Amino acid sequence: MSFTGGHGGVSASGGRFFRAAMLLPGTFAAFVLILFSLALVLFLAFRSNDGSLLGGGATLANFAAVATDPLYVMVALRSLAIAGLVTLATVVSAWPVAYLLAFHAGRHRSLLLFLVTLPFWTSYLLRVFAWKIVLAYNGVLNSALVGTGILSEPSLAFLNTPAAVVLTLAHAYAPFAILPIFVALDSMPKSLFEAASDLGAGAFATFRRVVLPYSMPGVLSGALVVFVPTVGDFVTPSLVGGPRSVMVGSLIQAQFGKANDWPFGAALAVSVMALIIALILIVRRVDRRFGSRR
Amino acid sequence: MTTLLRRSPATSLLWAYVAVYLAFLYLPVGLIPLFSFNDAIQAAFPIKGLTLDWYRAVADNEALRSALATSLEVGLTAAALATLCGVTIAYMDVFGRSPFARLLATIASLPILIPGIIIGIALLILVNLAGIGPSRPAIIAGHVLAGLPTAVMVMRSRFMNIPRSIPEAAQDLGAGDLLVLWRVVLPLSAPAIGSAFMLGFLTSFDEFIIAFFLAGTEPTLPLFIWSQLRFPKSLPMVMALASLILAASIVIAGAAEMLRRRGQNR
Repeated sequence: MSFTGGHGGVSASGGRFFRAAMLLPGTFAAFVLILFSLALVLFLAFRSNDGSLLGGGATLANFAAVATDPLYVMVALRSLAIAGLVTLATVVSAWPVAYLLAFHAGRHRSLLLFLVTLPFWTSYLLRVFAWKIVLAYNGVLNSALVGTGILSEPSLAFLNTPAAVVLTLAHAYAPFAILPIFVALDSMPKSLFEAASDLGAGAFATFRRVVLPYSMPGVLSGALVVFVPTVGDFVTPSLVGGPRSVMVGSLIQAQFGKANDWPFGAALAVSVMALIIALILIVRRVDRRFGSRR
Repeated sequence: MTTLLRRSPATSLLWAYVAVYLAFLYLPVGLIPLFSFNDAIQAAFPIKGLTLDWYRAVADNEALRSALATSLEVGLTAAALATLCGVTIAYMDVFGRSPFARLLATIASLPILIPGIIIGIALLILVNLAGIGPSRPAIIAGHVLAGLPTAVMVMRSRFMNIPRSIPEAAQDLGAGDLLVLWRVVLPLSAPAIGSAFMLGFLTSFDEFIIAFFLAGTEPTLPLFIWSQLRFPKSLPMVMALASLILAASIVIAGAAEMLRRRGQNR
């Protein structure tokens, strides 16, 4: 009998072995696989490349190169611009869907919710591959446009452009933003609509002063979950982006591949993480301003 | 409910938008199965004839079969381990009220906020340091991390919905910790565990970026597809394979969703 731990919980006395066993798998995953391996990246970023696994000698040269070399600066800015555009497009296009789901979906709600989350569970590589088929020189879009007489000959303008990267990534991560915005809107008491209209607010004022602020925590976390995977992506630039769309993920991949400069690759990765952490802090701040309940 | 729920012109417009949005979401991916039956190497209109040749090519491909075997083994193992971590972390957090487990749950959800490429290189350094090197176990470790946030979330929300009075009653009747877990809480959570396992399997089965860095000589299915994309001639075969993968993903995601709902309605 264990009255000590009590009340539907795990007992404190006698259950020491049980507690340890239960905490073991999670501790290994969290501390070894996640924290220790990330610490290794951080460590390696401050080492020089001498071909050995953990590099030789401490140095700041990797970060100096990241910050000063015009090539890397340009790639970093491009990654920011592409990920920023993708995030904006994804969130703005997802918002009305989340709004309908929260307030107007009626009996179709669970079906619609399933339909918008299903692509989340299909292969990301295949979603990108689909766009390669669509945008290729002798691909679906060109053949359709030529076949219907809109174009006289296939256009090269679709594939291998930064625009193709933005379009493909926005499509690949489209469903990511809907769920957080939906959850935020769904928690909004419906009586607020009546309260707003009783107080004389029109549809637009209600949207701007009530619904939009209420959705903000969802918008911000949706933006974050789209931005994080897009900013580090290298698959999409490589499949549909062409040489003018190289992103920071492509650079990191090259350092751990052909270029074989792991410390520099680690420094690039640390820079990306620093940016993401800065964004998370900003998002938290803005979130608080909107009176988030979390 | 409110007047707003009646179909106004604005609501109809909203529905039209959602229809367009869903078309944008599904059309490009829908082209893959369409062209997998196309009797030409090029995926282009007009479709000339229909064939099952590409599916035959999928069935006959030796490298593909071994990639499938690798993917299944990695996926099942990673899903089992991610589910184990998810169940134990969530259980200790919710029923053990352990602050340490709360910390573990927070760390376990970090992979959402880290780009896959960084998880990939971090584990690549780790497995090289450990002397394992890029290999199947390395991919499994990576996919455990990829599946962990979902597993913890699914199990936590299930455990939170179990009334405290149930394990309490079992304890009062003299059940020890292990008995409460094994005979009371886990049976009540079986659908959620099944759902977490399936979602973990799907995450691993479709995952490319992390596996890209951690694969040794044996590619997973997405890595096999990646290696084939360079050859225009094998694109139709890739489309047939992709159609099968999409179909499997949809079935598994649908089953996981049904299980999750059944678990909630108990």
